[in-house]
Amino acid sequence: MANVLANIFGSSPVRPLEKHIGIAFLCAKQLRAFFVAAIAGEWDTAAAVRDEIDKLEHEADDLKKEIRLHLPKSLFMPVPREDLLELLLVQDKIANLSKDVSGIVIGRKMQIPAAIAEQFLDFVERNVDAAKQARKSVRELDELFTAGFRGAEVDLVSALIEELDRIETDTDSKQAELRWALYEIESTLNPIDAVFLYQVIELTGQIADMAERVGRRLELLLSH
Amino acid sequence: MEAEIVYIVLAAMFGLFMAWGIGANDVANAMATSVGSKALTIKQAILVAAVFEFLGAVLAGGAVTDTVRKGIVDTDLLASTPELLVYGMLAALLAAGTWLFIASRNGWPVSTTHSIVGAIVGFAAVGIGVDAVQWGKVGTIVMSWVVSPLTAGFIAYLIYQSVQRLILRQDDPLAKAKRYVPVYIFFAAFTITLVTILKGLKHVGLTISLRDSYILAIAIAIGIALIGALVIRRIQPDKKAEKHAHFYTVERVFGVLMVVTACGMAFAHGSNDVANAIGPVAAVVSVAQNGVITAKSTLPIWVLILGGGGIVVGLATYGRHVIATVGKKITQLTPSRGFAAELAAATTIVIASGTGMPISTTHTLVGAVLGVGMARGIEAIDLRVVGRILVSWVVTIPAGAFLAIVFFFIFKTVLP
Repeated sequence: MANVLANIFGSSPVRPLEKHIGIAFLCAKQLRAFFVAAIAGEWDTAAAVRDEIDKLEHEADDLKKEIRLHLPKSLFMPVPREDLLELLLVQDKIANLSKDVSGIVIGRKMQIPAAIAEQFLDFVERNVDAAKQARKSVRELDELFTAGFRGAEVDLVSALIEELDRIETDTDSKQAELRWALYEIESTLNPIDAVFLYQVIELTGQIADMAERVGRRLELLLSH
Repeated sequence: MEAEIVYIVLAAMFGLFMAWGIGANDVANAMATSVGSKALTIKQAILVAAVFEFLGAVLAGGAVTDTVRKGIVDTDLLASTPELLVYGMLAALLAAGTWLFIASRNGWPVSTTHSIVGAIVGFAAVGIGVDAVQWGKVGTIVMSWVVSPLTAGFIAYLIYQSVQRLILRQDDPLAKAKRYVPVYIFFAAFTITLVTILKGLKHVGLTISLRDSYILAIAIAIGIALIGALVIRRIQPDKKAEKHAHFYTVERVFGVLMVVTACGMAFAHGSNDVANAIGPVAAVVSVAQNGVITAKSTLPIWVLILGGGGIVVGLATYGRHVIATVGKKITQLTPSRGFAAELAAATTIVIASGTGMPISTTHTLVGAVLGVGMARGIEAIDLRVVGRILVSWVVTIPAGAFLAIVFFFIFKTVLP
């Protein structure tokens, strides 16, 4: 028997959104192990990690579809549905980018030059940090809903987003340094490899960009 | 004499069936909010429901029972043919019961109250004559169906706004919750106790002056608030759980409050829904016992007890499963939100019961939930379902009326 009270509550998108950013972060996190293996030339390990990223990205994708499906226009919510869908989209991009980056590297069995290896890993690490901070911020969603997007909880989330911005700025400068370091040794590399290395750096850097955009979307929710 | 016994037995059977149905389905709405927010376990919810539904029906259900049994039909017109009232009330009971059965099989969100009132109006207008219906009173009742969800929604909105301002948006919500929740407990206990004393106790033969009523209600409410405060003081923050949800301990404090509002909700539900199922039974019993329709006849207490008992049986046999299912689905209703909805609904219902208005408790609760939603407290409300409630609201009255007319003419032919 259907019950009025049970049905009046649409399925809340909050927990699923929090779960989704969790999976997206896990995707990005795998890049660390992935690049360590790739730099060491352990392609079996790298392939295994890449499979894991692939699996997680699929999971994020399925969850994304699921959330969209349960967010009909007839839902009455404290924040615009469009903003939540947009947030979901940016979150999903973090997973997609992780998949793209690892895909290029494994497809070409790319060698990261030893001269920039350490700096490269450091750069990856910082991007993962950005994704982690995005997860931390999104995980405040349920508290934000409870407090009605006002008061102390908003200050807390604003602080989290500020930290996210700082991390993103940090990845930007690391990216510039890394590109410079690559530029200095690029003449020693196979030109095609060099081009792809620039591309991998670019795509990896976009993870932090997307994490930052997650912050921007959250801020939009706060302003309602 | 034979015929009278048949009437009473039939009325008691139909009434018991209605009460059982209310216990099995309807109570779930009143109690599942508490189970869903984990303020009560299923067993505790059943216990609370059994005790307070019964008390509500017996102590505060009298006025509504009176309205249903003699407020809708103009009994003066039936002075010479009291048996018509008996057939009609039996038909109304059976019609409402049947309609509720059909509706719940199909998952339509219909209200017991609307079915009963529709059925009584139906048999009276068609079976007896359009003049037999006290249209003024019926108009007031229908108005109250519009007003009660709106009122509950408005109160819930205000309550939840105050909770957000005083507690949830503060730097130290736990300290604020421990300070303010006992105040909310006081208000919850005060309203329900006051209405019970003012409107309910005369049905069990007690009369207390207005001033004494207020003093007594305040004293009882302070007592309950103090007990609540003691329980709350013992709640210690759970640092580990709070890492994932900052409001974890705060919600546990609200959980204490929710136990009180759950009692209030069960009480309110008993006072209104049981009463309007039992109203027709009371009408039949009073005619059968006296042979005539007497407006002054007092309500036999055993009729209210029958209603309360039926609900408890319904709860025990079937209601617990419904509570469990509904409870699982309404996780959005955390204690801080659930109490606002429950308190607003319970207050509205108890006041309506006090003035003898048979309103729909479920719809009032839905109104209250929407009110919390308006205060931006609920993550997602499905407006399609709200629309379906409005449609079933409109359909139920003619459906109940139609079935009652059919049963009325059958009874008129078959019964002695």
